Parts: sequence; structure tokens; C-alpha cells
Amino acid sequence: MKAMKDAPLKKKRYGKLVNPLDYTRKGWMQTLLGINFFFLYFPIVALVAFSFNDSKRNIVWKGFTFKYYIKAYNNEALHSSFMNSITVASISTVVSTLLGTMLGLALYRYRFPFKPAYEGFAHLPIMIPEICMGIAMLVFFSLINMPLSLFTITVSHIAFTIPFVAVVIRARMSGFDTSYEEVSYDLGASQWQTFWNVTFPYLRPGVVAGALLAFTLSIDDFVITFFTAGIGSTTLPIKIYSMLRFSVTPEVNAASTVLIVLTLTLTILAMTIQARANKR
Amino acid sequence: MEDWRKNKFAFGIFIGPATFWLVLFFMLPLAVVWVYSFGGRGPQGQTIITFSLANYQRALEWIHLGIIWKSAWIAGIATLLCLLMGFPLAKGIAFAPAKWKNPLLLIVILPFWTNLLIRTYSWIAVLRTRGHLNFALEWLHDKTDMAMTFLGLPELMGTFHPLALLYNQSAVIIGLVYVHLPFMVLPLYASMEKLDRSYLEASLDLGAGHWRTLFNVTVPLVKPGILSGVLLTYILSIGSFLTPDLLGGTESMMIGNLIAQQFGSSRDWAFGSALSFLLMYATFIILWIKTVNAKDGEATGI
Repeated sequence: MKAMKDAPLKKKRYGKLVNPLDYTRKGWMQTLLGINFFFLYFPIVALVAFSFNDSKRNIVWKGFTFKYYIKAYNNEALHSSFMNSITVASISTVVSTLLGTMLGLALYRYRFPFKPAYEGFAHLPIMIPEICMGIAMLVFFSLINMPLSLFTITVSHIAFTIPFVAVVIRARMSGFDTSYEEVSYDLGASQWQTFWNVTFPYLRPGVVAGALLAFTLSIDDFVITFFTAGIGSTTLPIKIYSMLRFSVTPEVNAASTVLIVLTLTLTILAMTIQARANKR
Repeated sequence: MEDWRKNKFAFGIFIGPATFWLVLFFMLPLAVVWVYSFGGRGPQGQTIITFSLANYQRALEWIHLGIIWKSAWIAGIATLLCLLMGFPLAKGIAFAPAKWKNPLLLIVILPFWTNLLIRTYSWIAVLRTRGHLNFALEWLHDKTDMAMTFLGLPELMGTFHPLALLYNQSAVIIGLVYVHLPFMVLPLYASMEKLDRSYLEASLDLGAGHWRTLFNVTVPLVKPGILSGVLLTYILSIGSFLTPDLLGGTESMMIGNLIAQQFGSSRDWAFGSALSFLLMYATFIILWIKTVNAKDGEATGI
């Protein structure tokens, strides 16, 4: 009886006592986090909100409308640049997923001379400033007299997305138990059969995540595309950039919102696939 | 891991295609740029190979050195601000209850998955003369003015003049901080997460305050994370092109813009190539410091 009486008292006395290391529970820390999150989200939320604004000037809120989405959809140039983006991203994803997966597997599996140097070389496109790669591609294509087109954009996108896919594949393979392969060999399967029936099923979520990453990187890229795109081969980010040069209209906001939703969906999909695969 | 000689054929099949692609469409273009950087500008604006160091000398002329210096400086301020904002952010997440950690981390990196161009231009609407920030300031001004009039002090506040917040260096710095904050938070969070809390408890038990614990215990323990975040943010900031292009004015030009200009209106590809290689060398030196630091961190067990 006495204990029962004491229990709520204890809670009252100690319940509010915060562990000195629970920084997140402190008011000043929560305020700081709040300010930081506000800084991170306000510009983008405002941009998305103003794509629904029923005003041409895009300065004060006048009312809710979908009309700029319809206008953006009917804008011939905007529409075709969106289709260009999808085409470039699709083709480069297929090629870079294939090459990147093989590269990732090779780096995971084999020991070979000068491997650290090779790894440095293979990860170089991730490390150097984007503008350096962009101008290098421009110089190269003009040297071999190749006119800038969707093809040159795709080739460049493949080159810079391969290392990203390889990194994802290697991360996935680092959790692989090689004894499964040994069992498969012991049971008489060939190397080819072992790869397709044992290794690849384990690898598959990594391949899907790598492909989604490659697609997102390609569709989002501005700097490298800026230098490798020619007349008539505009992608969506390039088109948005040139529209911005005139003025920031709700139409630009609408096109941007479509791109944001697309990339966020793909990235969250990739994350979910990876998280589910790692749990298993 | 297997030795490549055991199965040369399979090794070649796996590593060959990607190597071929990267050599042909990445290393070769870079090599061309490298050769061009020793060239010159021909009479029709074409690039001629002259094997001279003239372009590198030109990069060291005052006008260009000024831009390089300004880029280094802008990137430095942006990195410092990222650290000042990112440190409490990382600490808040690392010390949050376990179930909140991943959602909070996701909230930080979510904006980072939206397009770089869109993230940058979203600041135009915030900072321009008739932007959200100036409207907020005007509203504050009007309210204060009203309060002052009520208190019998009209005219004290004067009329509101919108601030020129866009197309200058501070706009570029804000943009760079915004775009690169996650790159600071993630390494900081990674090292703060591994931190042995008992050191902090010991420090607090022995009578040190929170500030003293922060500077004498926490900061030295998470130093590898700080260094890693600082160097990463700095590399990305100094090489940026889009942020100064969209948010900066003529006086806030950075190396990236100078390079782009050589391949655009100035049409001096040789000089642009030299600048581009200088930027790459700077990146490599910073990356090298980062690797050396990471190895030291491993050796001392931090």
C-alpha cells in the first residue's frame, strides 16, 4: 500500500529530471533544431506553395490554382525538355547500372596489382568538381567534332554515374556470405550457375537501388549537362535555368515541383528497397 | 577476395567495360584539357598547342588571383557557417532518443535530394527586393511602427526600405551553406554517434560546465568528424559554379564562374583548362589531407 502511494510521488519528483546528456530534450537545443529545420525547409516549401498561387507576379498569395501546371504541361518546349530528360536518364541508367554493377563486383571480388590506384581512378568522377568534368567533356566532344546532342549528354551521364552505382554494389556485397557460393560449387554448380542462382539474387536489391540512384543523378544533373547540351537538346534542369533567366514565374515553380516530386519518390523508393533488403 | 590471376577471363569481363568507358569518356577528356592548359588562343578563338606555362602565369595575375582568393574566402566563410549550424544539429540528432535519430537524420538530408538548381533558385524568391524575407522585415517594421505610434512616438521608425539581399556575396554564402549543410552534418553525426558518453559524464561529474565539456572533451573527441566535414564542405563550396551564377552579382564571381566564362563568352579554352586544372589540384590536395587525417584517426583508435 505504501509503495503504491510512493510511486506517483517518485514520478513527480524525478520524472522531470533530465539526464544532463539528453541535449535534445533541452529547450535551447530544440529551438536551435527548429531554426535549422526552418532554414532547410522554408525556401523549398515556399517554392512549392507558390506554384499553386493564382498570380502572375508570384509575389503575394492570391489564391489556390492548378492552372500553372496545365500551362507548364501545354508548354511545348518544357514538355519536350522533360521527355529529353527521361530519355537521357533511362538510357544512361541502363548502361551505367550494367557497367557499374560489374565494376562494383570486380572491386569486391578480386585482388589485383595497383588496386588502390585503380580505385582512385574509378572514383575520380565523384571527387573532382563537376565543372571540371563538364568542360572536359565539352573540350573532348569538340575535338572529335561530335556535335552536342542528347547523345553527348547521355555519354557524359554514364561516365559520372558508373562510380556511384559501383559504390552501392560494393556496399551491398560487403554483407554477402561467400560460403553460399562455396556450397553451390560443392553441389556441382558451375561458376555461371552459381552467379545467377546464388550471388545475383542476393545482389538484386543493390542493383535496383544503384539504378534508381543513377536515374536520379542523371535527371537532376545541371552542371555537366549545361556544358554537353547543344541547341535542341535541352533537358528539364537546363530549360528551368533558361526560364529563370527571364523571370521566376509560377510556371517555373510548377515544373520544379514536378521534378522535386519525381526525384523524392525515386530516392525514397531506393531507400526503402535497401532498408528492406538489409533487414532480411 | 580472389587473386585476379586465378580467373583472368572473368576478371576481364567484369572490370573491362567500365574501365573502357571511364578511360575513353573521362580520362581522355581530362588529358585533352591538361594538354590544352599548356596551349594558347589562336586568332579565330581556336586552341593551339604551344607548350607554354603562359596560362598558369596568367592565373597568377592580380585580377585572376583576386577571384581565386575571393573563392577561397567565400568557401571558407560558408564552411565556417556550415560548421556553426551543423554542429548543434548533429549533436541534437546524435543525443536524441534512439527512435528519433533516423527520422531526424532523414529530415536533414531530404532537402538535399531535391535538385541543386531548384534548391539554389528557391533562395531568389526569399532574398529578392520583393521577396519573402523583405516582406517579413516590412511586416515587422510596420508592427513596430504601429506600436511606437501607439506609444506616442510616430515617425520614429521612418519608412521601410527593402534591403538589397540578392546578387551579392552574402547571398552566395547563404546559398552555399544551404546546399552543403548535409555534407557537414553527416560526418559530424557519424563521429558524434560513436562518441563514448562516459567521458562527457565524467567531465560533468568532475564539475566542468557544459561549455567547458564541449570545448575540452566533445570537440577533441569528434575532431576527425569535424575535419572530414569541413574539408568536404570546403571542396564542394570552392568548386561550385551554379550558386554564385544564380545568386551572386558581378563582384561575387568564383573560380567556377571564371572557368565557365572562358568556355562561354571569353572563348579562351586554354586559359579555362589551366584554371580547371588548378581547381582540380586544389581539390586533390584537400582530399589528400582528408585521407591522411582519416588514417591517423584509425591509428590512434578514434
